[in-house]
Order: sequence, then C-alpha cells, then structure tokens
Amino acid sequence: MSKLTRRDFLVSSAAAAAATSVGVNAFAAGPGAAGADSIKYPIESGATLRVLRWKRFVQGDEDLWNANVKKFTELTGVAVRTDSEGWEDVRPKSAVAANVGSGPDIVLGWFDDPQQYPTKLIDMTDLADSLGKRYGGWYDVCRKYGTKDGKWIALPLGVIGNALVYRESQIKAAGFDAIPKDTAGFLKLCQALKAKNTPVGFALGKAVGDANNWAHWLLWSHGGKLVDKNGHVAINSPETKAALEYAKQLYATFVPGTLSWQDPSNNKAYLDGQISMTANGISVYYAAKNSTDPKLQEIGKDTQHAHFPIGPAGKPTELMQITQMMVFKHTKFPNAAKAFVQFMFEPDQYNPWMKASIGYVSQPLKAYEKNPIWTEDPKATVYRDSASIMLDHGHEGPLGQASAACMADYVVVDMVAEAASGSKTVQQAIDRAADRAKRFYKA
Amino acid sequence: MLSRFLNNRNVLGMLFMAPAVILLVVFLTYPLGLGVWLGFTDTKIGGEGSFIGLDNYTYLFGDSLAQLSLFNTLFYTISASILKFGLGLWLAILLNKNVPLKTFFRAIVLLPWIVPTALSALAFWWLYDAQFSVISWALTKMGLIDHYIDFLGDPWNARWSTVFANVWRGIPFVAISLLAGLQTISPSLYEAAAIDGATPWQQFRHVTLPLLTPIIAVVMTFSVLFTFTDFQLIYVLTRGGPLNATHLMATLSFQRAIPGGALGEGAALATYMIPFLLAAIMFSYFGLQRRGWQQGGDK
Repeated sequence: MSKLTRRDFLVSSAAAAAATSVGVNAFAAGPGAAGADSIKYPIESGATLRVLRWKRFVQGDEDLWNANVKKFTELTGVAVRTDSEGWEDVRPKSAVAANVGSGPDIVLGWFDDPQQYPTKLIDMTDLADSLGKRYGGWYDVCRKYGTKDGKWIALPLGVIGNALVYRESQIKAAGFDAIPKDTAGFLKLCQALKAKNTPVGFALGKAVGDANNWAHWLLWSHGGKLVDKNGHVAINSPETKAALEYAKQLYATFVPGTLSWQDPSNNKAYLDGQISMTANGISVYYAAKNSTDPKLQEIGKDTQHAHFPIGPAGKPTELMQITQMMVFKHTKFPNAAKAFVQFMFEPDQYNPWMKASIGYVSQPLKAYEKNPIWTEDPKATVYRDSASIMLDHGHEGPLGQASAACMADYVVVDMVAEAASGSKTVQQAIDRAADRAKRFYKA
Repeated sequence: MLSRFLNNRNVLGMLFMAPAVILLVVFLTYPLGLGVWLGFTDTKIGGEGSFIGLDNYTYLFGDSLAQLSLFNTLFYTISASILKFGLGLWLAILLNKNVPLKTFFRAIVLLPWIVPTALSALAFWWLYDAQFSVISWALTKMGLIDHYIDFLGDPWNARWSTVFANVWRGIPFVAISLLAGLQTISPSLYEAAAIDGATPWQQFRHVTLPLLTPIIAVVMTFSVLFTFTDFQLIYVLTRGGPLNATHLMATLSFQRAIPGGALGEGAALATYMIPFLLAAIMFSYFGLQRRGWQQGGDK
C-alpha cells in the first residue's frame, strides 16, 4: 500500500465533505449518513482514467457528468477521459475490452453486462457496502444486478425508468379517468382507444429497450417466466399461454407497423399524435414540454405517466433498463477508479446529476428517492419508483451469460411478436422460445 | 558472404515477398483461422472456452433462427444480385452511348456508392417508416393507396425493402465496372456487325455479351460476396426484424457473438458462410478458366 499523498488527502476530504454535506442536502441521504464511513482510496501516482459511457439522452446528464468529472480531476489531479458511444455500442465495446484485457478502465454498461465477465472486474464490495450503509441501502434488484456469488462486481449507477406514456384527453374521451390498475381493465381501455381511432402502440421489433420492457412485463404479469429459480427453462406453461392470448387481443388495438418498431419509433409516433399511449422513458414527455412547437407543447401538457397494470401475478412486474459502473481488472489504477466511482455516487455529485437528467435516470440507492426531481413535476413521480418495482430480465433465474444471450436474441420479444401478429400459433411461439432458451441455459 | 547470399535470386525473391506474406498471415490468415477455431469451441465473452468439436455446427444446423437466416441470406443475395446485374448492365449500356452531359451522368451514378452505408440505410429507414414514409405519403396524396404501406413491418415487404435498398447501393459498382468493360470493346466490331446486317439485339448477343463476360464474372463475384456478407444496411434498417425475416447470417452471427456473449457460436455461424462464399468464387474462377480465349484459343 502506498503512503498517503496530497491527492489521497484531497479525495478523502472530498468524500468526507460530500458525505457531511448530506445534512445540507437533506433529501439526499437517510439518517445516519456519516462522512467518516467513506472509504479513502490511496490514489496511485500519475493515475489517469478512461471511462466509456453511453451517449446522453438528455443534455443535462452529459453536462453534469462532465462537470463532476472536472471536479474530480480538480480535487485529485486524476485526468479522466470520457468516451461516449451509442447505447447499444457500449455492450460490444465493453465485451471486447473484457475479452482482450485492454481498453477503458471504467465502463457504464447495461443490464447484466458485468455478469457476463465477472472474473474480469474488480471487487467493489467494500465500496458498495459503504454506499449502501450511508445512503439508505440498495434496492433488491440493484443488488442482484451488481453482485455475483456475494461479491459486488459492479455498482448500478441508475435505472432508466420505463412507464406508460399517455394522452390524458384521449383516455378520458375513451371513457376512462385513469389507467386501469389491472390487465383486464387495461385491455378494455386499449380497445376503447382503438374504437375512438386513437390507437396505442408498443414496439415489437428489435427495440432493445422498449420492446424488451413491455414484452417481459406482459409475460411476467400473467405469471409466466422464461426460467425458474434454478435456471431451468419454464416458458411452456399455462401462464405463458394466457399472456400470449392476451397479447393477441392487445395487438389488435395497435397502430400498424409496430412489428418493425425500433427504440425511437414510438417516440416519433407519439409526438406526431398518431398514438394515444406507448411505453417509454420520461424523455418523450420532456421533448414535448421543452419544444418550441406549440403542437408539441400541447402534447406535453396532455401527457401523463403511469405504471403498467398488475396482472394475474398480483404484483408489479416491470422491466427497466439498468446501467452499471464496472471497473476492469486490467486498469493500472484501481484505487483511482474506485475513488472515481465513489465520487460519482456521493450526494454532491449524484443529486445534481439526477436533477440535470430530468428524471431520466432514477436512483439505485434508496436515500436518493427524496430528490425533489420526483415531486417538482408530479408527472415525473412514476419514474421515481423504477428500481423499487422492477424485476431483473433474468427473472426468476440467475443473471449471467444465458440471461444476456436470451435478451440479446430477443427470445421473449420474438415469442410475443409471433403470437400477437398471428405468424405462429401461441403454442408454436412458446415451443420456439423454449427451444432457443434451452440452448442458452444448457450449461 | 552476406552480399552473395543477398544477391541470390531465390533469397531476394523470398525477401521481397516477405512483407506481403507477413501482412497476409497477420491480417487475413490468423483472424480467419482464429474464427474457424473459435467455431469449434464454447468460448464466451471474457472466458477461455474449450474444444467442443462440431457441437456448435450441429446445433446451428437444427436452429430455426439459423435456418431462417440462411434462407434470408440466400434470398437477399440472389434477388439483389440479379437485380443489380440487370439494372447495372442496362445503365452501363446507356452511359456508354454518346449522350449529352455523359460525364456528368457517369459521376451522378456513383453517388449511392460513395454515401456511407449507415447514412443511406438511415435514409431508407425514414423512407420505409410505418408512420412517416414519404413514399406512402406521396402515393396516398396521388390517390393510389388509402393507407400507409407497412414496408418493414411485414416479413415479405421487409425482405423486398432491404433488397431494394441494397440494389440502390450496389448498382453503381456494377454499372461503372461494366461500363469500363464496354469501353474496351472496339467500335469496329459493331460496325462490322452492322454491315453484316445484325440487329441491335444480335449485336448485343453476339458482340457485347461474349466480350463482356470476363468482366461480368469478376464484377458479379464481388457483388455476390458483398451482398452475402452485408451487415450495416440490415443492422441499421431492421436489425433483423420483423419476426427475424431479414436476419442475415452476418447479423445473426454478430447478435449471438457480441451482445449474446457466445463467441464460439457466433464464429461457427460466420464459418458457415465460408462454403457459400467459396462456391461463388469457384463458380467465377472456373467459369473464366474454361473460356477458350483465356487459354489462347479462338472459342
């Protein structure tokens, strides 16, 4: 262990200052938060860091991220270079870095990326425990995504919430005051919207985020699941059949073209007024709200958000995107990397960043629920609960290469799309999904 | 001693060839060999993997998605190549005539070729959009259709849509290459044929086509190879959807290997493409070899 340097003192002080400022930012941390608990990493001499992250979806996220990076550099002297990539390109680049043992030191990856190469990542258990202890604890789903065999291999930085985005006036015109809380009522609403010539639209193409989100909700809400707790394929069940029969009825209420929809498609259709409801992050609302186009502003005023209804499973069964910070073992500066990760999770950095992200990213640590971003505009409140209600995409089996492969191969999305569109019978779609999943879960 | 050694013709030949051989081995043979080897292993991203023989291949042989992607790839390659050949040849013949602004038109033809694939794919993505397609909009305004065409949301519509996008991009290569070939045919041959009373079709059939065949063989071999291994256009346009109707072997290989983490399986899928590519090359190579004129004969 190297001796304490000026920079060690600075980063420790910064962490302590951040933690003690919790009292000022009362919304940031729960009771008992203490700067003394923060970890003091002795930063390596001459340390520099390369961070690979996804390209911003909202400008404020990137601005505050860069401001925080600059602050870290000023405090520690560690130069940090942030490379931004399209969000679907982060996964392959990160995988290549893991495979060849070279590349960025820190990656902001997606879903269970860290679970695919856990042996390539440094153990961050000490940091996760410290942050959890000081900031109200991690949500269960974040703990599952971040840990492998009891060790933290990545820290979930945030959850990109996904919820129903709908036109309030059109829901009312269809005879409903709000989104029904159950799946049966939800179907009736969608049918009524279609009858009023204000159809709904949910992505069924190769949309990594939106299609996976709602297709998994559909399956899980009826009690179906791809695998059981032991990772055995369990998709062939009466619950899955019920989900797909429901999907067929729901699909009949969709605007044409959803089979080809990619992630931006529903945003475009919603903002053009062609659909009355879809599933999305909060960005579509802000795009409308902040637009200079009066038509879009009107859509923004008319937009509301709601959680997906609860199905026969009897509990919320939603899937959101989760992004995790992982540090590769090939980094020459593990302490600097961990200090950086810690720095970004401290309230002085995290709260302004979450606020600047205008609700697009919700917290993985419970104390940050109190951030005013969730209540200043009540339309954002739904997204606050993202991590508390979501399930992981491997549900209810383990996370790892098999769950990643099934998601990458669109096993659930394809099954729903095939059954809903009538290109396969319900049983054929299930059998095909089972065959494909068995290949990935064979190990 | 050293100078005598270096003056040896064989040694010099080896030395001059060495850089090219090293480049070929490092950048061609090694990656190809590694890919083939990975196909025989269960390597995952970030893992070592072990030899599993033909397991990946036997699984893929029975995998419905791999079968569908093979069908899609063959359909995509054959239909796009035929269209590119027909339209490219027609365009080359037109550009070979003495028309006003000939040079300008020849330059214009190259435009689709020089636009980056991803950009042109994005343009087609908008053209084919289910809600915003300008094609559907125009046809609706003209009263020819009463609802927007679901270009990418219906499996067969999507297959043909991707084919047309590929044809648009690939025509310049075929047309300009064939035009180069046409330029080498001596006008005196056409004059002689005309004096003998040959019709334009007979001139094309008995003068143009035989002399253009070697160029056609080379151009179409490359065209088939480019089309068979296409990735960018599909990845941007459909990502293999809808219902995997446009998944090509290249896109499925990427999907399984990188986002899916199964490097071995992805490599096996890519290796599956090699026999088809070899067949295309062999067809062209032996087709050319058999031609008598190349051997110094008169047939």
